[in-house]
Amino acid sequence: MLNNLDFSVIPLALPAIGKGLLFSLQLTIVAMIGGVILGTLLALARLSGGKWLAGAAKVYVDLMRSIPLLMMILWFFFLIPLLTGRPVGQENSAMITFTLFQAAFYSEIMRAGIQSIPRGQVNAALAIGMTYWQSMGHVVLPQAFRNMVPVLLTQTFILFQDTSLVYAIGATDMLKAAENAGMLYGRTVEMYLFVSVIYFAICFSLSMFVKYMNKRIAIIR
Amino acid sequence: MNYHWNWDIFFQTIPSGDETYLMWVIHGLGWTVAISLAAWVIALVLGSLAGILRTVPNRRIAMIGDVWVEFFRNVPLLMQLFLWFFVVPELLPRDLSLWVKQDMPAKEFITAVLALGLFTSARVAEQVRAGIQALPRGQRNAGLALGFTQAQTYRYVLLPMAFRIIIPPLTSEFMNAFKNSGVAYAVGVWELVFVSRQMVEETGGQVIESLLVPTVLYIVCAYAANRIMAVVERRSHVPGFIVAK
Amino acid sequence: MIQIQNVSKWYGQFQVLTECSTSISKGEVVVVCGPSGSGKSTLIKCVNGLEPVQQGKIVVNGTAVTDPGTNLPKLRSHVGMVFQHFELFPHMSITENLAIGQVKVLGRSQDEARERGLKLLDRVGLNAHANKFPGELSGGQQQRVAIARALSMDPICMLFDEPTSALDPEMINEVLDVMVELAQEGMTMMVVTHEMGFARKVANRVVFMDQGRIVEDASKDEFFGQPRSDRAQQFLSKILNH
Repeated sequence: MLNNLDFSVIPLALPAIGKGLLFSLQLTIVAMIGGVILGTLLALARLSGGKWLAGAAKVYVDLMRSIPLLMMILWFFFLIPLLTGRPVGQENSAMITFTLFQAAFYSEIMRAGIQSIPRGQVNAALAIGMTYWQSMGHVVLPQAFRNMVPVLLTQTFILFQDTSLVYAIGATDMLKAAENAGMLYGRTVEMYLFVSVIYFAICFSLSMFVKYMNKRIAIIR
Repeated sequence: MNYHWNWDIFFQTIPSGDETYLMWVIHGLGWTVAISLAAWVIALVLGSLAGILRTVPNRRIAMIGDVWVEFFRNVPLLMQLFLWFFVVPELLPRDLSLWVKQDMPAKEFITAVLALGLFTSARVAEQVRAGIQALPRGQRNAGLALGFTQAQTYRYVLLPMAFRIIIPPLTSEFMNAFKNSGVAYAVGVWELVFVSRQMVEETGGQVIESLLVPTVLYIVCAYAANRIMAVVERRSHVPGFIVAK
Repeated sequence: MIQIQNVSKWYGQFQVLTECSTSISKGEVVVVCGPSGSGKSTLIKCVNGLEPVQQGKIVVNGTAVTDPGTNLPKLRSHVGMVFQHFELFPHMSITENLAIGQVKVLGRSQDEARERGLKLLDRVGLNAHANKFPGELSGGQQQRVAIARALSMDPICMLFDEPTSALDPEMINEVLDVMVELAQEGMTMMVVTHEMGFARKVANRVVFMDQGRIVEDASKDEFFGQPRSDRAQQFLSKILNH
């Protein structure tokens, strides 16, 4: 019952949980930056690459999108040592997995963003003498990126929640840190409740921020 | 990389002796499908309800739907699963708490279904709300002007179109239900993720085989979900009405 | 039949209707016109309670619409309404569109509702399209079906909210013809429209609105002859010299 709860151990566990949270955030940011860059390249490959490059990018994106992330985490964790001959550690494995996995999702967003820019924009850029790639870099991508900020952030929101899945390979994110602390002090229930509140606070703020961005962008248009 | 393929592992018996790994995988698939489908039913029913509530004219009632969605979509699924499995039983009255912890049948399965179902319901609710709000405002008025009550307007006018519009996003959510069901391994349901982890450990490093078969089965499940929804979409097609692909 | 007494309405701080009063007796055809944003569409939606009002009183056939205890669905079931954007139900065939209200609200049998629906469809000249869906018809055809749908409920009066303003010019007349016929049969009608030709032909009275107020409420001849207010004069000259 509620009155058996003892939250006094939380201050003791704070440093460990903070460290876990830091890893969750670090993983989110690395995968977001890496994923957006790689995803944009994949989107460009699909839209402007030759037949083979476009095909390969499509297969990659479709494959990543049809496999559960949890399985993907296991795949990379066990496969990287097989390929490289040495273990890379849970944390590094998680970063590689999340970047490669999220790239597929970000690429779909960027592709939609690029396609939403009217053809006339490219024509106008070509008409003033830009090359195709200049028109992409100076005209299309900046607009596509700006239009897609809310969607990219929504994907990042999902990404942040998904970082908890690194639990499967024993990487110490916030959830795992809470579990460890819970076992150490024999207060699992309190620890889980505590980190739930932190997750909620972060996700709720992020989703409010996305809503705010959506409104702002709607006004700019 | 020199990897020794050995597909025979699926016909080896598990350490305790009475089953082959292949049977294990098949059982795993069964649990995955059972969790996903049961959770999807919960998600559809509660998600539709919450989504509808969010669009009713009465702001106070609409708030209930809003709170529901915020609550279930802002905490990671795995965390929610742990809350249902480890935390909620502790907060129940003493007798009920004891029963849940000691005697409740299929506790792992039921908790996993509940957690996945509620998590997915928030996302379904978001889609249902968007679908209803995407309809022209005049449709609600036209229903009311005919003398329908609010409930009848939803039943005969708004929902039939709203659900048709949101079939594509609902299809993704249905597929996601399969993909997300893997977290159930964390509370000990013997579904596909559990089986493949177990096989990696027990077969002495037959990593690729152990992961590949469950992975393919997940893809097959998600594809089947996609096809089922495609049939629903075709059957419910309205002549003269183009649903955006 | 319809009494509107001192009705005022606000959207938040913004006042959309200011002390509007008028009444429509049985068999009368009243055209409501005025520049866009004058509140005429809002006013007509108040008549069957689609929009609530904060002040004043609206009575339809002896029932106070503005009374919180009023059974609005029951009242609306015998007040027909036609919308600017037709608002046929896109997932139902034309026949189903005509039957749904009769079956679910009036409690008629499917067969009875179907028969009545087909009769009305014949009347608006669309018999051949009974089994099509709204998305397969032109705008003018959809609006005629919408009129038939409203008539299928055997309304005691009809409200038209800019019924032709979303139509291509060549389709306007097919809808107006149906409305003229209806007026000549003695239906009580309140019509928000810019179609002054229609007003000249069948209206008994014209109500002119501007900035949420009823500026002019006069017989047809008076209104077109010598409108009292400057605003109405300006409006008329703009529309007629167009």
